[in-house]
Amino acid sequence: MDIFAQQIVNGLVLGSIYALVALGYTMVYGILELINFAHGEVTMVGALIALAVIGALLGVAPDLPGILAVIAGALVAIPACMLLGYTIERVAYRPLRQAPRLAPLITAIGVSIILQNVAMLIWGRQYIAFPPILPQATFQIAGAQVSALQIFIVLLSGVAMAGLWFMVQRTRLGRAMRACGESRETASLMGIDVNRIISTAFIIGSALAAIAGLMVSAYYGLAHYYMGFMLGLKAFSAAVLGGIGNLGGAVLGGLLLGVIEALGAGYIGDITGGFLGSHYQDVFAFLVLIAVLVFRPSGLLGERVAQRA
Amino acid sequence: MSLRTWGWSVLALALLAGCGQKDDGKTVVKIGSVAPLTGAQTHIGKDNENGARLALDEINAAGLTLGGKPVRLELIAEDDGAEPKTATIVAQKLVDTGVAGVIGHLNSGTSIPASKLYHDAGIPQISPSATAVKYTAQGFKTAFRVMANDAQQGAALGQFAVKTLKAQKIAIIDDRSAYGQGLADEVEKAVKAAGGTIIDRQYTNDKATDFAAILTVIKGKNADLIVFAGMDPQGGPMAKQIKSLGLKARLLGADGIQNGNFIKLAGADAEGAIASSPGLPLEKMPGGPNFKQRFNAKYGEIQVYAPYAYDAMQVFVAAMKRADSADPKMILAELAKTDHTGVTGQIRFDAKGDTVGGAVTLYQVKNGAWVPLETIQ
Repeated sequence: MDIFAQQIVNGLVLGSIYALVALGYTMVYGILELINFAHGEVTMVGALIALAVIGALLGVAPDLPGILAVIAGALVAIPACMLLGYTIERVAYRPLRQAPRLAPLITAIGVSIILQNVAMLIWGRQYIAFPPILPQATFQIAGAQVSALQIFIVLLSGVAMAGLWFMVQRTRLGRAMRACGESRETASLMGIDVNRIISTAFIIGSALAAIAGLMVSAYYGLAHYYMGFMLGLKAFSAAVLGGIGNLGGAVLGGLLLGVIEALGAGYIGDITGGFLGSHYQDVFAFLVLIAVLVFRPSGLLGERVAQRA
Repeated sequence: MSLRTWGWSVLALALLAGCGQKDDGKTVVKIGSVAPLTGAQTHIGKDNENGARLALDEINAAGLTLGGKPVRLELIAEDDGAEPKTATIVAQKLVDTGVAGVIGHLNSGTSIPASKLYHDAGIPQISPSATAVKYTAQGFKTAFRVMANDAQQGAALGQFAVKTLKAQKIAIIDDRSAYGQGLADEVEKAVKAAGGTIIDRQYTNDKATDFAAILTVIKGKNADLIVFAGMDPQGGPMAKQIKSLGLKARLLGADGIQNGNFIKLAGADAEGAIASSPGLPLEKMPGGPNFKQRFNAKYGEIQVYAPYAYDAMQVFVAAMKRADSADPKMILAELAKTDHTGVTGQIRFDAKGDTVGGAVTLYQVKNGAWVPLETIQ
């Protein structure tokens, strides 16, 4: 049994979860240069709605296959989050689009606090358990224990990135998004409905967030109103690490952050002779983040954007 | 009425209340009870209040005389919401009301800041359920408790791990909270004292959900037992990840995970986990079954600590009787000499105010429920 291989697997799974959420951050930033801090909370809402649906379904039909229940949960949570994402953009960001940059940042934090509190009122403060309906079997790969769900999470983040990349680079909608990212005024002069494009970006990002939320709660077996906060912060860091605005960068940053955290928690105690314990894993991850940003301020895959005069 | 006159009259009223008004010809003596009556722990808080109230009603029904005069006890039940900040406000309120003593608070986090106010006012405080070592280690002669503290629990856990489970390689994980860290240190001490080996100590925090990295390290060191000092939101997913990472190690926890929520969160992977909790299981308490009947008739099901709140009240009133006075100073002197057989067992206090030889019981999850294994005295 290979400890190092297992730590890499731990890190890749954790990193894929960060990557799924980071994609949503980075897509919105690519168009609007806005950091949508409420994105982590959309993930949380997605997880809680999916769990509520799954719980209700299993209450009515206890013999329903687990996969079907999870799919049904996703089918409700995804549209709900799309609607939520659209509403957040319409209410909290669009009226401030011409305002100084700090204003939408503040409304983003406000939306995030509102969503947390509403979720707390609806679902309560306690941790909600994810029912054990998915197969738990594990396989041995290169000496590491891997479960089907873990493989699915890693594949999903890869597929999501590839799908988004295809959409942005190869479709009319993607071309319109890139045009809005370059200059909203010029894009609208060329006949692009800028509001519709931005709404679409939020809707797609929120759908991804719903899927990510469902994956997180299935993987860890729980969900609660506060789960979006730390997840959002880590995913945001991952997006910055990889180069915010760059889809490949979001995935690369997520995977790197996950692996660094796992290796940090796994080896920091032994390397420092017990002086620093595994509770310094977050410190370790953020130290790497700072180091990267000192040498590459726009992230690993980010392009240096010249200041417009 | 000017504010000043108003203030004086309130003060006068308070003093009058403190001295005790007479209505049915009996002197009224007030006793405080503090627990969270709002928020997430409401059900446990109300349980403590009911435990204390049952004792008080029984004493009133039997009749009580102090200094030759008939006395009626009155319970002043207050809510601290499990918040340390609110706890001190409520404590000040009780001090101002002139209570003879306080049964409470429920949590360690509230009992500790409140104990300073009771100490300064010279009012005896008996907590039914605070277990943090610090509560009685502040040098306050007014702080007592009727339940085993975390040092006693940690010692029992360490002893059980080495002597009963025969664990050879023990790994300890704690959540770096005041509770988790303190308990983990006590377990480590006890394991070493019993001749066991600690092969690793790992840390997490009280918001984490991913333990794969630290569990993989523990797996690499071939631990056969993992002791977790923390709460159920972490313990539940940890039990799952122990199984999914293919660890052979068994999970041993403390009262932080000895509850139904842990089983809900861990699902089938909770099976076989062992956890300690201070005190005896209710059916094993000397007065347990009888207490259960009387309590159920009045308030319904017992949540957790009601028997301890009941005993705390009985111990307090017994000291009051021996002192033959409602004066907190005279009660305090008698309280230290307590030797009382209550519902939960024999209660005596050491010099710090801790219960001497408080029992700790170990439970194991079998078929989705906690089943008592053995009790360590």
